[in-house]
Amino acid sequence: MTTRKFQIYRGDNKNGELVNFETEVKEGMVVLDAIHKIQAEQANDLAIRWNCKAGKCGSCSMEINGMPKLSCMTRMNEYRKDETIIVTPMKTFPVIKDLVTDVSWNYIQNKRIKPVKLAHECKTENGYVMYQNDVDRVQEFRKCIECYLCQNVCHVLRDHDKKDKFVGPRFMIRVASLEMHPLDTEDRIPELKKEFGSGMCNITKCCTDVCPENINITDNGIIPMKERVVDRFYDPITILGRKIFGKKKKKFPPLSP
Amino acid sequence: MGILKKLFMLDISEIKTIEHDVLIVGAGGAGLSSAIEASSHGMSTGIVMKSLLGKAHTVMAEGGMAAALGNVDKRDHWKIHFRDTMRGGKFLNVWRMAELHAQLAPERVRLLEEWGAVFDRTKKGLINQRNFGGHRYPRLAHVGDRTGLEMIRTLQDHGIHQGIETYMECTALDLLKNEKGKVIGIVCMWRETGTFIIFKAKAIIFATGGGGKAWDVTSNSWEYTGDGYALAYEAGAELMDLEFNQFHPTGMMWPLSVKGILVTESVRGEGGILLNSEGTRFMFNYIPERFRSETAETEEEAARWLSGDPSARRPPELLTRDVVARAINEEVKAGRGSKHGGAYLNIATQRSSEDIKKKLPSMYHQFKVLAELDITKESMEVGPTCHYFMGGIRVNADTAMSSVPGLFACGECAAGMHGANRLGGNSLSDLLVFGYLAGKKAAEFAKNNANHSDFDENQVRKIILKATEILNRESGANPYLLHEQLEQNMQMNVGIIRTKDELVKGIDEIENIKEEYKSVKAKGTSQFNPGWHEALGLRNLLITAEAVARAAKFREESRGAHTRSDFPGEQKEWLNYNIISKKGVDGKMQLNKVERPSANPELVRIAESSIEDLENEIIEERK
Repeated sequence: MTTRKFQIYRGDNKNGELVNFETEVKEGMVVLDAIHKIQAEQANDLAIRWNCKAGKCGSCSMEINGMPKLSCMTRMNEYRKDETIIVTPMKTFPVIKDLVTDVSWNYIQNKRIKPVKLAHECKTENGYVMYQNDVDRVQEFRKCIECYLCQNVCHVLRDHDKKDKFVGPRFMIRVASLEMHPLDTEDRIPELKKEFGSGMCNITKCCTDVCPENINITDNGIIPMKERVVDRFYDPITILGRKIFGKKKKKFPPLSP
Repeated sequence: MGILKKLFMLDISEIKTIEHDVLIVGAGGAGLSSAIEASSHGMSTGIVMKSLLGKAHTVMAEGGMAAALGNVDKRDHWKIHFRDTMRGGKFLNVWRMAELHAQLAPERVRLLEEWGAVFDRTKKGLINQRNFGGHRYPRLAHVGDRTGLEMIRTLQDHGIHQGIETYMECTALDLLKNEKGKVIGIVCMWRETGTFIIFKAKAIIFATGGGGKAWDVTSNSWEYTGDGYALAYEAGAELMDLEFNQFHPTGMMWPLSVKGILVTESVRGEGGILLNSEGTRFMFNYIPERFRSETAETEEEAARWLSGDPSARRPPELLTRDVVARAINEEVKAGRGSKHGGAYLNIATQRSSEDIKKKLPSMYHQFKVLAELDITKESMEVGPTCHYFMGGIRVNADTAMSSVPGLFACGECAAGMHGANRLGGNSLSDLLVFGYLAGKKAAEFAKNNANHSDFDENQVRKIILKATEILNRESGANPYLLHEQLEQNMQMNVGIIRTKDELVKGIDEIENIKEEYKSVKAKGTSQFNPGWHEALGLRNLLITAEAVARAAKFREESRGAHTRSDFPGEQKEWLNYNIISKKGVDGKMQLNKVERPSANPELVRIAESSIEDLENEIIEERK
């Protein structure tokens, strides 16, 4: 057991400061454990969001020594024993209180995305037919736990506050998960360009770096989506092809292997 | 200031009131399923949740959802799923619920796919299914080991387009009833601001989950404070079978700060074995008579089963959870426990590193980060952790309505479906099936009760005063420390193995904590104040804990997840009774032994037939 030093943001969106705390830390503790201990013993009303404590729900996102992290998956032994650990709320979203931010904007973005619509011709009496290698890439995006750390670190949203122009990495891969669904029949490419701001991303990959689920957000999700927009709206050959041959039909997986 | 004067001064008209036909409390799998269903009947539907949308405990479910789709083994059928469920529940399940569940689960799982869930696939391109404890065939539709996340995200992303109003970070405090005793609304509190809100509703569905936060070692998050049980109890509803608390055999043991966090049963479903400190695969020594003919006798046979030999029987690690949890407990007691007092769970010697990372990615990640351990190379240390409530609000099997008109319950907070012990994988399917059913029946009920009732303002005033007193008193007990006291008490005295003496001690201690709770004090203001939220949840948790401890003392037998060392073994006469807890007219908790309704003989026949006979019957049926 060792005594460790913390500075935790206390306050709201307008007024706040870093407050010093010290607490005893045992082997194996994560930052969230230490904050809970401080909360129980010294600051009962210290506001923090958390649920599963196992990296599965994405509630306890915050910035630890300036790095966007899930506090439940950040071990205390990642830091030097004499180091003061500075804990602040996610910068991109307005602070409600202490470490809790208002992430409601994200829910509004999600609602703008057209839901899945499966091809009924691919349904058999045993259910829909699609193969594991068809769904692998979609499943990668569906690992997302909506911690919004990628949104928090995205320059467009964080530094330029262009929330009115870009839905952010989380919803780029949500669109990708639908567009790459082997049986989906909906088309979201026009709004991806016009409304969701796919062109705003300049591929710095910061979102990918902070993803606790190790989703390859940029390479596997955002870039292919940008390519689809380019194909649709800027590539003269595919535009011409579409004019002559009509809209390319999506090829569905065969009903038997 | 006197209480009457305070009551008089509170101006209710300043509190916002919102009307819905159907209001749901809880936004996990059951709550979202019921909201989607209620809304599909044209009902104005609202859903209140303590956390943000998509964060409910369902995300923690890992293994899968059980449904007799027969995609991996064609022999599967609802009758066999039903039989497995009844045997797992030690025949105490509400027969009709187990029947409905087994029959409806396949179509509900397929519907989830229609709504966008992307399950792992079989070679033929269908939903893949995995083996799990107590299930005869591979039956769990799954996505790696993050099936719960897939489920909640699918319901969430579908639900937001169905015109359902969501009220996030909003805590339900107490129900409102009219003079006829019908539920007409509920008073809630916004966690962000600490302001109150009144919902008027023609029907209310509770989908509030369990109360595992009463124990020290638990897989449950802070939200699991038994809110549904307590609010229903306060409103006069009956609670049933609360003595049946499932201790999941495999929770993390080390480091201490993560003790109790779930290690999915899929580890064993994918071939993981349990070893004691002597390296013995001890589960072979704990096979109950009832399951002997369906369980492998030797390690060699178990290995053949894992490699897909259909003539081999299942390994004993896949016995039901109650059996495995008790076995680990016994090994530890006999001095053969692991370093930190559990057992070793090994998948590394059974599967390739690549397989493990593909099938159990979140377990790999969880151990790597939290325990600095590589499960593809080393054994995990695991031990029992409080996981699930089989008991809960007593409901009608066909309508999901409680004994209070207008109050419905589904999911973990409802009793009956799982009897004395739940099979892994039957929870997620329970959420889908009974969430749907509750939504449908609540919608019908709301249609038949066309008008909203006016509420009694004094009821509202009392609820609000009780909540604000916690903030307003000068000094008092620290809610966190009281909670800790309760957790220690439940762990020590109402744990996995129970005796009368300990239960009596446990009940006394709960009474003491209840007394101290009367002066609980939360420091700070009403805005996003976790201390206050903790204190509010603690009231519910104390009611829950008391009902559990009293019911555990009442049931003098060992059945499923309820083990009394002073009353070993199942007692036949106890099979005829449920234990019902209810608030008495004197305000004290009253417990009664209530005879179970007689079962449909056809269902009894199915549950009691031998597996061979049943399989032959199904073959004949399909000809």
